[in-house]
Amino acid sequence: MNFAVLQFPASNCDQDAIHALRGVFGHSARYVWHKEGSLGDADAVIVPGGFSYGDYLRCGAIARFSPVMRAVKQFADNGGLVLGVCNGFQVLTEAGLLPGALVRNRDLQFHCEHIFLKTATTDSPFTNKIPAGKILRIPIAHGEGCYFADEETLAKLKANNQILWQYCDNTGNLTDTANPNGSLLNIAGVCNERRNVAGLMPHPERASELALGSDDGRWIFESIFAVLKNKTVAQAA
Amino acid sequence: MKAKIIITPKKAVVDPQGKTVQGALEHMGYKGVTGVHVGKYIEIDLAPGTDQATAQRALNDAAHKFLSNPIIEDYKLEME
Repeated sequence: MNFAVLQFPASNCDQDAIHALRGVFGHSARYVWHKEGSLGDADAVIVPGGFSYGDYLRCGAIARFSPVMRAVKQFADNGGLVLGVCNGFQVLTEAGLLPGALVRNRDLQFHCEHIFLKTATTDSPFTNKIPAGKILRIPIAHGEGCYFADEETLAKLKANNQILWQYCDNTGNLTDTANPNGSLLNIAGVCNERRNVAGLMPHPERASELALGSDDGRWIFESIFAVLKNKTVAQAA
Repeated sequence: MKAKIIITPKKAVVDPQGKTVQGALEHMGYKGVTGVHVGKYIEIDLAPGTDQATAQRALNDAAHKFLSNPIIEDYKLEME
């Protein structure tokens, strides 16, 4: 499988993503510079974390106008899988590919810690392999990860099962103290209505091998691999 | 000609910066402050002879699409 990992000026989790995809999972992955207009033969796209364009104006606001984002939009419109992590999530919301917005953490602090995640639905290309009831322990590292959407959008997210991950305590309860940033409904990640574009603030690529303290993030990648594998089999048949 | 754009967080969005500044003002003894909202101010210089109405239309478009995020922010555009 071929993955495209976008690189904006000041992306800083692009190498983590490439390492996980190539080194840990053994897939093919390449960097795609933000000025490129094509994603090549990518089967899926990762929009990595970082501080694209210095987070100037708003996180992700400038990156969304990069030439490569036109290709990402087209890729998503054609049903391709796109996963945004941290700043990548912010870029995808700014681009209108995902609903809502990410604002300053409620305590104004940058949070760099492991949190617990509950998977709200396994009905998505990004969660289908996560075992039922499994609580994921994955790191976060952000100052602007507080998920906001108006009431109408939140109702739609719930009705369509678009909330994929929520911050919880170690037993899976969605408590306020387990919510590191004040996100509405403890939302850590969502997908679009078509379910082929998703974003989350936690970093699954930094939790893909036990040497890093947790390999719970691999369930998210395994979910993507399973969908891509089925697609390849379907195309071959 | 100059355009001034003031961007403020929408009332529905929690504004921890505003709340913190408000707390600090109270702490310093400034009485009667019932709300603080911290936003952004952008000043844009325009070439001499620019048609004001045309510039205003273009800047409203830019403010809506790029300079502010209508999901979380409101903006006010002033031409001078």
